[in-house]
Amino acid sequence: MNDMTPIKTTLKDWETDQEVRWCPGCGDYAILKAVQRVLPEIGADPAKTVFVSGIGCSSRFPYYVESYGFHTIHGRAPAFATGLKLANPELDVWLVTGDGDGMSIGGNHTMHVLRRNLNTQILLFNNEIYGLTKGQYSPTSRMGTVSPTTPLGSVDRPASPCAFALGAGGRFIARAYDVSKELPAVLKAAHAHQGAAFVEIFQNCIVYNKDVFADFTEKAGAAMGQLWLAHGEPLLFNKGTKGIALDTETLSLKVVDVVDGDWQAAGVRVHDVKNRAMAHLLVEMPFGPFPMALGVIYDDPRPTFEAAVIEERARASAGKTANLAKLLSKGQTWTVE
Amino acid sequence: MATVLESEPEGHTGGSEHAPVPEAVVVRFAGDSGDGMQLTGGQFTLSTALAGNDLATFPDFPAEIRAPQGTLFGVSAFQINFGSTEIDTAGDAPDVLVAMNPAALKTNVGALKAGGLIIADTGEFNKRNLEKAKYDVSPLEDGSLEKWQVLAFDISALTLEAVKPFGLGNKEALRCKNMWTLGLALWMFDRDRQPLIDWLKGKFAKMPVLADANIAALNAGHAYGETAELSGPLKQYHLAPAESEPGLYRTVTGAEAISYGLVAGAQLAGLELFFGGYPITPASAILHNLARLKEFGVTTFQAEDEIAAIAAAIGASYGGHLGVTSSSGPGIALKGEAMGLAIMTELPLVIVNSQRGGPSTGLPTKTEQSDLYQAVYGRNGDAPMPVIAARSPSDAFECAIEACRLAVQYMTPVMLLTDGYIANAAEPWKVPDPASFTPFPVTFLEEPNGPDGAVLPYARDEKGARPWIKAGTPGLMHRIGGIEKNPGTGNIDYSPASHQTMTDARKGKIDGIAASIPAQEVTLGEAGGKLALVGWGSTYGPIHQAVRRARRKGLDVSQIHVRHVWPLPENLGELLKSYEMVLVPEMNTGQFKTVLRDQYLVDAKPLNKTSGQPFTIAEIEAAIAAALA
Repeated sequence: MNDMTPIKTTLKDWETDQEVRWCPGCGDYAILKAVQRVLPEIGADPAKTVFVSGIGCSSRFPYYVESYGFHTIHGRAPAFATGLKLANPELDVWLVTGDGDGMSIGGNHTMHVLRRNLNTQILLFNNEIYGLTKGQYSPTSRMGTVSPTTPLGSVDRPASPCAFALGAGGRFIARAYDVSKELPAVLKAAHAHQGAAFVEIFQNCIVYNKDVFADFTEKAGAAMGQLWLAHGEPLLFNKGTKGIALDTETLSLKVVDVVDGDWQAAGVRVHDVKNRAMAHLLVEMPFGPFPMALGVIYDDPRPTFEAAVIEERARASAGKTANLAKLLSKGQTWTVE
Repeated sequence: MATVLESEPEGHTGGSEHAPVPEAVVVRFAGDSGDGMQLTGGQFTLSTALAGNDLATFPDFPAEIRAPQGTLFGVSAFQINFGSTEIDTAGDAPDVLVAMNPAALKTNVGALKAGGLIIADTGEFNKRNLEKAKYDVSPLEDGSLEKWQVLAFDISALTLEAVKPFGLGNKEALRCKNMWTLGLALWMFDRDRQPLIDWLKGKFAKMPVLADANIAALNAGHAYGETAELSGPLKQYHLAPAESEPGLYRTVTGAEAISYGLVAGAQLAGLELFFGGYPITPASAILHNLARLKEFGVTTFQAEDEIAAIAAAIGASYGGHLGVTSSSGPGIALKGEAMGLAIMTELPLVIVNSQRGGPSTGLPTKTEQSDLYQAVYGRNGDAPMPVIAARSPSDAFECAIEACRLAVQYMTPVMLLTDGYIANAAEPWKVPDPASFTPFPVTFLEEPNGPDGAVLPYARDEKGARPWIKAGTPGLMHRIGGIEKNPGTGNIDYSPASHQTMTDARKGKIDGIAASIPAQEVTLGEAGGKLALVGWGSTYGPIHQAVRRARRKGLDVSQIHVRHVWPLPENLGELLKSYEMVLVPEMNTGQFKTVLRDQYLVDAKPLNKTSGQPFTIAEIEAAIAAALA
């Protein structure tokens, strides 16, 4: 996010005249609405807001938000955003990417934008499939995923976007899913973070990978399947009857039963968004034996890339004048009469 | 012509053929890549420039940073051609070869003129080094160097002796060998040592003992020349300064000139410069130079890869900076898709391609002009883009400014072609006055430009260019991208009519640039005649000298050197048709020749060289003679 004077807008102000062309029922609609709801709430200025995307279903996003928008090339959105932000640091830049765009062809740029800590919000829509190219398995698809390119099921292990982002040096890691009512709050927290804020949003591709997250997003599995994290609050789920504790022998997490609400007695951990070691454990928690960790997993800002570049430029320029004629005649010269 | 020789050898590097005083000399320093030959050459170049000679240089070094010592592939060489007349090439065959070890001798002696002088360090001609250079017997002793004059003495020992008072270790002491050799060379050509002494003092300011040792070695080499003059082939020679226009001069390499030109271009446009780069030989030098010019509003960004480098530059252009990226062939290939996006979104961008031998990794440190097709045609879709080629280090300055002008006035990426030879070579440069260039200030769109307050990012001006809207401008929010768009609003629109209109518009805009560039002039000679030699890029020097010599012999040949490779100047077709024959010398297999044949249906003939080395004047002279025979 950027510090700027709040602007009064409504959700309507953030809608463009363009017809939204996602498949009916696509999770992207819910994410678009959540973003358009959050932008007025944070006082964003449409003229100072830029959505930058790569290629894929998710990357059509900029066309539907009434702000500046740049639909770039496959996987490279973080690099475009880096140049844009260095040219004009006052812009509030949102990156919209997907599991193919951000984790496969653009994995390198995802890594470096996080490592550099460019002040931007990175929304990675993870539907575990290539949608726009008609359903091939993606780097986040689970083993055994049957797709046109893997008719017998995929054999390679999936990447975990949040684990990747944390490993790349990300200072803000969060997770949510498309239709969650918590998504706006997560987006707001990402925006409030100074630096690269990485948000993985599980998104239901109803055509090619329908209900792949239903185990924890549907009502039946939500209580056991969702662990919503809040700073300073215990890691409880299933209506407070279960919690996450640390096995100090093996340095791993374990699920414990909480009796009569006495989570302390059960050894349940309190969430600390600045605890990087715990963040690693939480993003790696295997779903099934464990619930899915959702919400803000890690949030510990440090100076941004563009601030460092600006500071360095100021330092290098201090006391110097930009005299081109002088520059050209620098060094050893001679005069011909 | 040789200066240091008793007999007059064949093959002149320029000037009046029979004058007793030679006009130019070619010296090649060759040694191990750890011997500091590039530094020696660079300092000799500076001394020569300060003495008022015109000059051209050719650094020729291996791709390996520190190749195993003494090996044939580890030889690094630096050639300089200097004289009292106009010098356009680094010279065909050296008059003098300084060989610091057997490998340097073996790989370079073949180029030496008959009767030329070899200066060799016998201290390095030991059994081990001879074996590494694949000599059974020392060439200094077996008579195999008979057609040259050989001056062999133990430079290593003489250097060790000279620096003895400074108590350096053997290895460090021997590092001063190049300064000893340079001292001798400075004596041979009557050069002032003082600028070099000042430079050494500056360079080793923190280690004065090294400065003193190097200066002692330099002085010892110089003194050796003075005492050795009495006997043997070593002679001192004084070349008169070259005649040049009055003014302030310095030496400049292509990489420096491009860096300065980009800064000047951005200033003339009234913009800040954003340079995204990724390390690659030989293009990195531009990034190095610009990284030190932050006070000129320059932001440099070393990206994670070539694609990110151009992407960031395009992002910066979207934010209102002048985006620039630079690379060499393999990196340019990676940038292709992003260039297409810059063409599609119509954002200004300058792409500098320092060409090297290809394909693939090819010859990283050697020169070639084989990326012309890539520059003109090398993108998916109908993706027209202007291409400019610099002909020399000093010309690169103006070319960089011109690239910036076209980029911002036509809202387009522009490719500036240079090559490894231009990037690394140095020549004297009359320092230009930045005020003498016409500014081309950019006007960003600040208000809606359509009816009823509509924003039309793809409306067009009389040149066919769209408005430049800086992201962040109030009231002008819009979306751009790589999908085909509506001709006015820029909204996604891949209807047949829209794609036809936009394809035509993109092509028409670039074609229209031909009207804004100067008409093609005959570089040397007359319009019309028997033979025209048409060149582009760094072949300028050898073509120019070859045509000059041929014309002096009365041959009907002219030189046409093209800067604007795409689109071509409007009159070029007619001009070419005014000659009976058109010959196109290129360091590739005939790329520009094909473009000319395609554009004008002229019977352009190729003259090609792809050895990683520039053309010699003699090669082009021979081709002229053959064509006119």
